[in-house]
Amino acid sequence: MYTQALNTAETADRDLEDAGKAAQFQARIDAEERIEPNDWMPAAYRKTLTRQISQHAHSEIVGMLPEGNWITRAPTLRRKAALLAKVQDECGHGLYLYAAAETLGSSREELVDAMLAGKAKYSSIFNYPTLTWADIGTIGWLVDGAAIMNQIPLCRCSYGPYARAMIRVCKEESFHQRQGYEIMVTLCRGSEEQKAMAQDALNRWWWPVLMMFGPPDATSQHSDTSTKWKIKRFSNDELRQKFVDATVPQAQYLGLTIPDPGMTQDADGHWRHSEIDWTEFKQVLTGNGPCNRDRMAARRKAHEEGAWVREAAASYAAKRAQRQTAQAAE
Amino acid sequence: MVVANIQVSETPLVIYALRRADDALILGHRLSEWCGHAPMLEEDMALSNIALDLIGQARELYTFAAKVEGRDNDEDKLAYLRDVRQYRNLLLVEQPNGDFAQTLVRQFFYSAFADLYWRAMMNSRDATLAAIAAKSEKESAYHLRHASEWIIRLGDGTEESHRRAQAAIDNLWAFTGEMFAVDDGERALIHRGIAVDPASLRGRWLATLSEVTREATLALPQNDWMQQGGRSGRHSEHLGHLLSELQSMQRTFPGLIW
Repeated sequence: MYTQALNTAETADRDLEDAGKAAQFQARIDAEERIEPNDWMPAAYRKTLTRQISQHAHSEIVGMLPEGNWITRAPTLRRKAALLAKVQDECGHGLYLYAAAETLGSSREELVDAMLAGKAKYSSIFNYPTLTWADIGTIGWLVDGAAIMNQIPLCRCSYGPYARAMIRVCKEESFHQRQGYEIMVTLCRGSEEQKAMAQDALNRWWWPVLMMFGPPDATSQHSDTSTKWKIKRFSNDELRQKFVDATVPQAQYLGLTIPDPGMTQDADGHWRHSEIDWTEFKQVLTGNGPCNRDRMAARRKAHEEGAWVREAAASYAAKRAQRQTAQAAE
Repeated sequence: MVVANIQVSETPLVIYALRRADDALILGHRLSEWCGHAPMLEEDMALSNIALDLIGQARELYTFAAKVEGRDNDEDKLAYLRDVRQYRNLLLVEQPNGDFAQTLVRQFFYSAFADLYWRAMMNSRDATLAAIAAKSEKESAYHLRHASEWIIRLGDGTEESHRRAQAAIDNLWAFTGEMFAVDDGERALIHRGIAVDPASLRGRWLATLSEVTREATLALPQNDWMQQGGRSGRHSEHLGHLLSELQSMQRTFPGLIW
């Protein structure tokens, strides 16, 4: 669903590398060429991308949990099927992203182990709970909406496998966003209780969604190298502003109030939000969000309880290969 | 306020459609419980996909039942506003997921039947049922392949997976007899060529099971004592809990559009 702007570039490793190759590499990036898995690349580029793509993959997989929380309680059969299909899409995104990360030389198992050990991050938005059905609409509308803002530029990312994965992911996210908004429209045209449910969900998700774009540009130290390598094309604040400008009229159409009494519209039409509470963001990031423990516990449980199944599949595949070799030798 | 259970005019054809719709919905619901919690991402995808097929089949069958009934019921009222005694699914499909072996054995028993059943139903004299059967048969064939491959992997995998798969077979076997039973109302539909006699499929079903379990080095139980009751609304204790979750929104906020 989304990868956070947290990636640090390990510039130190670059000193060890062939300066000529590095210059050639940068020239290819500057010429908007795509870097492919077998091409030479600086170790820090590989490391930055592995981290970013795997964080993105982990976010898709952990992101299945808050929405999955409503699959068994969706209010109609149509909504149940749509939500299940949506969560299944997120799983598919996780799979292509792990595959894209694998082209950089780390296995899916290593990447997943790092996440389960708490060493790799996933988007902190998924550490908030889904309390009512309106949260499912709001996640589609706002969380997927924010994800699209971040991900559309990634379709032009310098690393080919990531850029290509993002094209498909963005198509599906765009569908999810419309589906979420349609849930909100239905709620806002419904009873007073349904409208209140929609407003309550917006109140709870608005600020965490703005935090999805990462720290403000003034304090963000990670963007320079990513920008130079054309992994990142817009700053956190630019993307956040685009999102706010697109979202305010959508909230107005719904008849919902953005929970920011200080929000104003500039003469140039931009909606300016009040200051974000970054202490909350830091708390959630360091593991103190409302659901961090539950999310990690659920992923670890699935992994541990599934171990015997994965072992059985591996053991059967090995036996079968052995039998085929034995047969061929006869 | 519309909190009460709906009344359904249970003619043989309506009950017939509800039984198949309930099978598909309850099994689809059970499979959807795995989403986000499966042993590997490929199985999160596969089990969700099968759940989606089944929920799709349920929706078509409920819509057909509502149309045959001709009152103001629809797919959602039939799914969300009948209580446990009005549900007509097989006991097999409401059994809890248990471990992955339990889920896959349940799926294998059901899909091996559904695949034959829907293929036979493609010749139903009722055009809607024949069309639903044609779509369901394609889906069931894939579900059966997926489940069979897993039964073989688990049975012939590790000692632990073999033990778990065998335990699941032994545990669920008594729920398979109900798939082949019919009552007088359904017997009349069979005579009219609208439904097919499931008993006529039992030999081929057993052949599929024997072939797959043999390759999986697993054994089918010898005992032939079978649990009954789901088709007439006498369920296990598990279904009530499933329905209380499935129906919670419609029961809490009656009569709203979602």
